[in-house]
Formats: sequence, C-alpha cells, structure tokens
Amino acid sequence: MRFGPDQSLRLDSRARLGGLEIAYRTYGQLNADRSNAVLVCHALTGDQHCAGEHPTTGRPGWWNQVVGRGLPLDPDKLFIICSNVIGGCMGSTGPASINPDTGKVYGLNFPVITIADMVRAQAMLVDALGIETLFAVVGGSMGGMQVLQWAADYPERMFSAVCIASAPRHSAQNIAFHEVGRQAIMADPDWRAGAYADQGARPEKGLAVARMGAHITYLSESALQRKFGRELQRDGLSWGFDADFQVESYLRHQGAAFVDRFDANSYLYITRALDYFDLAQGHGGVLANAFAQARDVRFCVLSFTSDWLYPTPESRTIVKALNAAAARVSFVEIETDKGHDAFFLDEPVFHGALRGFLDSAAAARGL
Amino acid sequence: MAVTSREDFREILRLVRPGSRVLEIGCGEGGLLELLASEKGVDGRGLEISAAGVSACLARGLAVVQGDADGDLADYPADAFDYAILSQTLQQMRDPRRVLTELLRIAERAIVSVPNFGHWRVRWSLLAHGRMPVTRDLPDPWWSTANIHLCTLRDFTDLCADLGVRIEASAALTQGRPARQMEPSRLMENLRAEQALFLLSRPGQRTADPRSAVAVDDLFDR
Repeated sequence: MRFGPDQSLRLDSRARLGGLEIAYRTYGQLNADRSNAVLVCHALTGDQHCAGEHPTTGRPGWWNQVVGRGLPLDPDKLFIICSNVIGGCMGSTGPASINPDTGKVYGLNFPVITIADMVRAQAMLVDALGIETLFAVVGGSMGGMQVLQWAADYPERMFSAVCIASAPRHSAQNIAFHEVGRQAIMADPDWRAGAYADQGARPEKGLAVARMGAHITYLSESALQRKFGRELQRDGLSWGFDADFQVESYLRHQGAAFVDRFDANSYLYITRALDYFDLAQGHGGVLANAFAQARDVRFCVLSFTSDWLYPTPESRTIVKALNAAAARVSFVEIETDKGHDAFFLDEPVFHGALRGFLDSAAAARGL
Repeated sequence: MAVTSREDFREILRLVRPGSRVLEIGCGEGGLLELLASEKGVDGRGLEISAAGVSACLARGLAVVQGDADGDLADYPADAFDYAILSQTLQQMRDPRRVLTELLRIAERAIVSVPNFGHWRVRWSLLAHGRMPVTRDLPDPWWSTANIHLCTLRDFTDLCADLGVRIEASAALTQGRPARQMEPSRLMENLRAEQALFLLSRPGQRTADPRSAVAVDDLFDR
C-alpha cells in the first residue's frame, strides 16, 4: 500500500518519511462488523509472508505452524494482516528504497527508525484497511516488542495482545551481539559506506557473518549439541580451515541463504531499532506506566525455558508491569530446549496455550 | 450452580463478595476461578506453578500467570485485590508466615484453608503406629509429601495472633459433609476439624464489611 505525500510518517527521530510504502499480505476475510482482524508482527529478519508460500524462496511462510487452517490463527475465522516493517527489505520503505527527494537509493540517508515508528506505520495501514479495533496483535521476538508498543500507543485499538519470547528493552548483551553483526557488515569492503547499491556491489560476506553470529543466539547450547555434537562433514579432519564440523557447515549455509533474501543496510537499521527499544524510557522509566491505558486489553505473555536471547526474566518483567497496571495478563513459560527460535517451531504446549488464549478471547469478542 | 466435589469451593463462593477482585494462588486448572466468575461475577486472576495448569486456565479464558507463591507474590502491588485465596497449599510453602503476610498486603482479605494436623485421626495414627500419619487428607508418606509445613488449628490461630491478623470467620471442613461454623480456639475443634477454612483480614481492618453480601455472623450457618 502506497501512501500519498500528505500522509508522511512522523518518526521518533523527528524526521518524516514521505512516499511511504507498506508491503503486506492478508489471510482470510474481514467480517461484516470488522471485528476479526489480527495483526501479526514479524521478527528481525521476517516479512509479511507468515503463511502460504514465500514468493522468492518458495519455502513455507515463517509462521506456518501458527497461521493457517485449523491452527491457532485460523484464516477461516480471522482476518490476518501481516506487514513488512518499515526499514525492511521485502517491499516496505527501507534503506534499499528510492529516496523520492534524490531519485537514488536511500542507503545511509534513510532515517534511523524505532519500534514505535514501525508500529505507527502499522497503525496507518490498519486505518487504511478501514479497521478501527484489532481483535489481536500477535508477535514473537521483535514482533513481541511491537505488540508491547501497540499496547502503549494504541491500547484502545486492540482487544488482546500476545507477546512471545520478547523483552521490554534491549539488554547490554542484546546490543553487544547486534554490534558484532553490524561491524561484520561494515567491515566488508563491498559495503562501500552503505552506498553499495549505487556501486553495484553487495556486502554478502559481512551480512553472512552477521547472520551466523546472530543465528547462534536463536538456538540453545543443548539444541546445537543434540543436532550436531562434534559430528564431522567428511571422514577425518582436513587439518585446515574448511568446514570440518557439521555445525560449521550449517552456519555457513544459514549465512549464505540469508544474503539471498536480505539487505545489509536493512539489517543495520532494524538491529538499531531493536537496540533503541526501551519501552519504560518514554514513560518516566516505569514500565507499568506504559500500560496505564491498557487495562482492558487481554494480554498473553509466553516465554521459552532455553531462550537466552530474551530469557524468561524479561517476560516476567513485562508481566510484573502489567500486573502493577492492573491489566488482565496471563503468562506461561514453555519447557523446550530449542532456544529463542522455539516460537517458529513445532511446540505443542506453546501452540496449545496460544490456541486456548486466542479461542477464549475470540469467544469473549463474540467471534 | 455447578456441582463441585470440594466443599471448600462452596464455602469460598459464599464468602466472596459479588463483583470483587480476586487473586487465587495455586489455582490449578482454574475450577474455582471459573465458578467465582460465573456465580459471583468476580474479576479473577490466578497464580499457578505448572505450565499445564496455566494452559488449561487459558483455554477457559482465565487470566493466570505461571509462578511460584514462595517467590512471585512480591511482584504484585499492594491492595490490588479484595481477596487473595490460598486453598490447601499454605502447608506446602517454604515460608508460610511470609506468604500469609504477602496475601494480606496484596488483598484486603485472605481466604486460607489448611489441613488440621491436630485432628484426632492424625493424633491416633501417630500414637498407635509411631509413624508419620497417612490419612485421607494427608495421603502421602513423609518422604514424598508436598506438605512440608503442617500445622494444627491452634498453631494456625497462634500464628494469626502473632501477625496481628484478624480471623473474621472460620469453618471446619470434613470430607463429604457441609462446612460447619466453628470457634477455632476451642480445644474440641482442634480434634474434630479435618480441614479448616479461614477468612482473614489485616490488623486495623473493619470487621464487618458494609459492602458484603452476607453478614459475617451467618457465613457458615446453614
């Protein structure tokens, strides 16, 4: 969806983003009283293709375990909206878009964006689709941060909220890992100070290394051990620096596959948005104040035992703040060894909790 | 009214003021919270230690947080609820004294039920066999029981006195029989009551709640 010049997006940095484009995909039908719309918010490297087939990779959508017929988010019952965040590279305005003022690719001239900016853009999309109140805003990881931001900024526009494997702010460790990823990109000579698009280059090596490092944080030690152990790729060691171990080969593959679908500058901008995220900061340093107007929203907070990227204490901080704000909150910690990425995977207890919460919320909304 | 096999549920339903805010600690699969919502229009919240219990509560549309009463009650703000309910789990807490204090910090009133270790069957079992009693209310052997802080009726009333907690009402519960109002300080009750259920309030709290639907005097009178 393209917004006119009169509908520029106001950003936290005080800049304005004109000629805004938001790429989105919907599943299911909006009902007559427009009460069954769900906004699915994607994570750092996700996109609008949460279900069905991905048009470029041909692979199933990133949340095909959750969104689909007979699944917790069922398009037979709900109107599911998933949009690419601004700053992204799957069709929404981002650093790889053309700057309308110069006619050239933005690159580093793209303004720094925040989670709140992403949410403001989503609210514009929801407006444009003629939806006043969403039945649910749902997301994991960075998507969960958007859910919390929605609750802080548009509580009257949402009936329920599901925040999965997320955090109310980025920790020093979170920022540290992102900085390693960004430095890997910027150290690639093909990054060309961010202007690689104009110069026909791509910092693929740097982006792949960034992805490899980040990917480790999405798993857990026990899951890596279980999956790979010290297994070798071939018989015997190479006595060199080839990928001897299966885990090395796996990471190289993850890095290589990622550069085919992701833009390096988008990676810089979106990781920056995550690092800048601190929901309490804008509310006098008290997280509960962010939820002061969200008392009537039904919240479900979910975490995973082996997630060390956004570990359970982060979710507990959210729950504590929601309790202090007298909001209606439920919380479950799901037992799994699959780490942060468990929210993409086949986790029956997680899906059961999600389904239970959403089905009862739907009944309360008369859906 | 839905049929419940737990007499304490029925008593709690009678005690709770309609439309009040209730936190149930150790709410299991949410049976009581659901009854309180449907029968009394209560705005209920739960705290439950098991993920399976919380998931069952979610499916019932209840707002329940996974957590441990021993550690997580401190996260709740003061005076957030009208009632905090702790049904048959105080004796399983690591620090029952602190839990009791926390209940009455979070809520104006607490409803607490405990098995009575002073019951004659328990005493007889210990006297006759010289072993830790295994009764219908205390079914597990000492090495596997979750009940690590058992008390008698007198122990409990002593603790309340020590904390300055007021006992507004108390009832004796015996399996299969309706609850019976009692005076918990009487020696006979310490022998007769298998389980005891108490309505507690903070020191300095008004005894009779003017908004209460039932007068305290006839709370347990049938």
